[in-house]
Amino acid sequence: MSAAREESPLRRLARDFARSRVAVVGLAVLVLVMLAAVFAQLVAPQDPYDLAQLDIMDSLQPPGTAGGAGWTYWLGTDDQGRDLWSAIVFGLRTSLEVGILATLIALAVGVAVGMLAAYAGGAVDGAIMRLVDIQLSFPAILIALILLALLGKGVDKVIVALAAVQWAYYARTVRGSALVERRKEYVEAARCLALPHSRIMLRHLLPNCLPPLIVVATVQVAHAIALEATLSFLGVGVPVTEPSLGMLIASGYGFMLSGNYWVSLFPGVALLVVIVAINLVGDRLRDVLNPRLSH
Amino acid sequence: MIVFILRRLTQSAVVIAAMAVLVFTGIFAIGNPIDVLISPEADEVERAAAIARLGLDQPMHVQFARFVESAVGGDLGTSFVHGVPALGLVLQRFPATLELALAAMLLAVLLGIPLGLWAGLKPDSVAGRVIMTGSILGFSLPTFWVGMMLIMAFAVQLGWLPAGGRGQTASLFGIQWSFLTRDGLAHLILPAINLATFKLSLVIRLARAGTREVALQDYVKFARAKGLSPARVVGVHILKNIMIPVVTVLGLELGSVIAFSVVTESVFAWPGMGKLLIESILQLDRPVVVAYLLLTVLLFVVINLVVDLIYSMLDPRIRLGGGRA
Amino acid sequence: MTQPLLRVENLQTHFATRAGTVKAVNGVSFDLRRGEILGLVGESGSGKSVTGQSILGLVDLPGRIVGGRVLFDGEDLVTAGEKRLRAIRGRRIAMIFQDPMMTLNPVLSVETQMVEAVLAHDKVGRAEARRRSRDALGRVGIASPDERLAAYPHQFSGGMRQRVAIAIALLHSPDLILADEPTTALDVTIQAQILFEVQTLCRETGTALLWVTHDLAVVSALADRVAVMYAGRIVETGPIADVIQAPRHPYTRGLLDSVPSRNRRGVPLRSIPGMAPSALDLPQGCAFQPRCGRADAACSVMPDLAPDAHAWRCWHPHDADAQGAAA
Repeated sequence: MSAAREESPLRRLARDFARSRVAVVGLAVLVLVMLAAVFAQLVAPQDPYDLAQLDIMDSLQPPGTAGGAGWTYWLGTDDQGRDLWSAIVFGLRTSLEVGILATLIALAVGVAVGMLAAYAGGAVDGAIMRLVDIQLSFPAILIALILLALLGKGVDKVIVALAAVQWAYYARTVRGSALVERRKEYVEAARCLALPHSRIMLRHLLPNCLPPLIVVATVQVAHAIALEATLSFLGVGVPVTEPSLGMLIASGYGFMLSGNYWVSLFPGVALLVVIVAINLVGDRLRDVLNPRLSH
Repeated sequence: MIVFILRRLTQSAVVIAAMAVLVFTGIFAIGNPIDVLISPEADEVERAAAIARLGLDQPMHVQFARFVESAVGGDLGTSFVHGVPALGLVLQRFPATLELALAAMLLAVLLGIPLGLWAGLKPDSVAGRVIMTGSILGFSLPTFWVGMMLIMAFAVQLGWLPAGGRGQTASLFGIQWSFLTRDGLAHLILPAINLATFKLSLVIRLARAGTREVALQDYVKFARAKGLSPARVVGVHILKNIMIPVVTVLGLELGSVIAFSVVTESVFAWPGMGKLLIESILQLDRPVVVAYLLLTVLLFVVINLVVDLIYSMLDPRIRLGGGRA
Repeated sequence: MTQPLLRVENLQTHFATRAGTVKAVNGVSFDLRRGEILGLVGESGSGKSVTGQSILGLVDLPGRIVGGRVLFDGEDLVTAGEKRLRAIRGRRIAMIFQDPMMTLNPVLSVETQMVEAVLAHDKVGRAEARRRSRDALGRVGIASPDERLAAYPHQFSGGMRQRVAIAIALLHSPDLILADEPTTALDVTIQAQILFEVQTLCRETGTALLWVTHDLAVVSALADRVAVMYAGRIVETGPIADVIQAPRHPYTRGLLDSVPSRNRRGVPLRSIPGMAPSALDLPQGCAFQPRCGRADAACSVMPDLAPDAHAWRCWHPHDADAQGAAA
């Protein structure tokens, strides 16, 4: 049978990826975290934002306390008697949602702009890349802060700000690989066939720019999540009604000083686990997809 | 050398001009300048008066000219909250931020270069692996959370160091500094470590990568063949070569450290301009935000310029051009 | 007979790589007398450069000297401590490397790199160290040495840089210079100049020279004796005239046949068939047998090198007077 003989690229990728045990663990953790976030209602014993389910008598209970509802607060509770584990699961959901959406938007914008720059060349390319250079010379957090200062609060605003911070990375990455691909023969051939520009870009150039993009995007999701947490901590991120992990950490800050460490510590650990897991997967993807990219 | 400086100065001027246009566009085109420049608490009459005074009824190019004129003159509006010129307010907080940023950079360099050298010279040793794992963690940990953990460990649990504020300061050149007093220094330690964590990881990686590359060069072997001591081979021949990328990146990162001090200052209640920025954003004190932004842009440009100059001093190939100078 | 300046005995330097152990130097022995010039010839990968670096203990990990002795003035450098080696490096044994573009540190001035070499061994003042450096530059034919001291390597041409490297090697009037293909990267005319100068300087000062190269033509003009290396072993050694006139080992003959200037006009150059063997996968016995026209069953046992002045490691050597006959 010939089907089994040729290994599909995806299979080969998976096998290469699996050669690093740390990365597999990272991926497993990441999948678990994603599942927990998606099925938050099932994973969390409590809906932390349904005030009817909260018992103020249970406020600031240390980890492991048995709650009034008959189950144990394994990670303790916050000042409103909210089960911290439930709060973390729901917070994870917001964090991941913001991080992934922002990355996807930035990816779309960055790819479009980067392709345009590479394809158009000349003055258009020069102008776009200048803008990218200037933006990248300023720290992401500063740009996000200023944007949020102008835009105001809200989950959508945070997503826009994070996307605005990120797009330049993708634009630069896409332009780089598209310039390389553009000179290759198959693009010449496509041009000779007088295929429309959009088709050449989407069907021929883009797929070949994907590997570096996937790598950058993976790591950028981690950056976006960390940045969102930071912004929320500073009070310019998501609103209190939709707390992310960063928000949970921030609201626990005051209690930490009085010794109730768990309110801040556990959301922080959750954040750390997510970021490290994504970075591990991203690092491995970089090695597998393109050895030349590793530095 | 003079030509080089002049050329760099011109480039810097271009970047400042570009940023002025961007900031102007940000306030006047994307945002509503009335929101930015006039206090939300002002009534209709005050608003109308302010609009006329600020020339917001004028055409765009006239407004831009006015904006540039007043910005050059140092007038970036008056703080709604504090009722004093915004620029003065930001400048007043600047030394605290600078002190914190420099202390963090110093820590990052003083620890990062030796650790990176070590990890680069002995990449397969236990110490080398531990150093690299630590630097990966340092990259992943969010700054604000590290800061909180530092407070929890060293201020709350152990009680060794203060949790926030600048502590006692002493005057030097008419500016108050924390590092001149014992108390101030104690207050500086935790925030500086916090702010340094990320850059420390970066320095370690740069120094390690540089060391691994340089250590294989023939000139290092030649230096050893001359009978030089390992201290001189590592401390002069290798170090001087890895300093070039480290200094370049670090110089450029000084700007990012100043920006990131927003986070550290908020965690440690350090009264720098980053904390002021957050307060101003939360209180909608927009003239202060604009003043901070323009000042930071200027700072970035100056830093880039200085870095280029230092870089050229470190690398004779750039300082002296291709041939004989 | 007096003790040789350098006696290398059964030197073995191995590299532990993931794919297996590479025996880069696999039992090399030779002597070098005071003031003598020995050419160590071989293709890249033959182990000749590693031999040179092993003498001074400069082989980087994963390379390691696993056996043999390097007797310098009677002292074994293989077992000598790093401190002892440091006292010898640069002072009694100096080294010149192949690529002058790479041997001088690009971010240090020539003065810094010369002065530090002086100060590494002599407790003299900076001014004195500088004076010696300047004199050394003058000796290797660098004009206006005072000015050139302040310059950086990138301001020199390749030939000039190699002169600087030679000047550094000569600073302490060493007993021995290990030269690792020092002229390969240079233009032919400059190569000839430097060869001549090095030879002259060595003859004047009585410095012995180990000249590592792939170029038999260079060696024939320069050396007193020659040792030909193949796959980590010396396959033929002897006085230069003997080896050139009557090469006995088929590999040496192959090398000579591929030197253009030695062949008569109209006779096509011959190259050695096949490729240098992978150091990981050497054949049993003589390493040259897969490329050798004379190989037979006997060659699966490694032949010994006789202790004669002109010796070869071959079961089927060419006849002494067979030079020029069709092989």
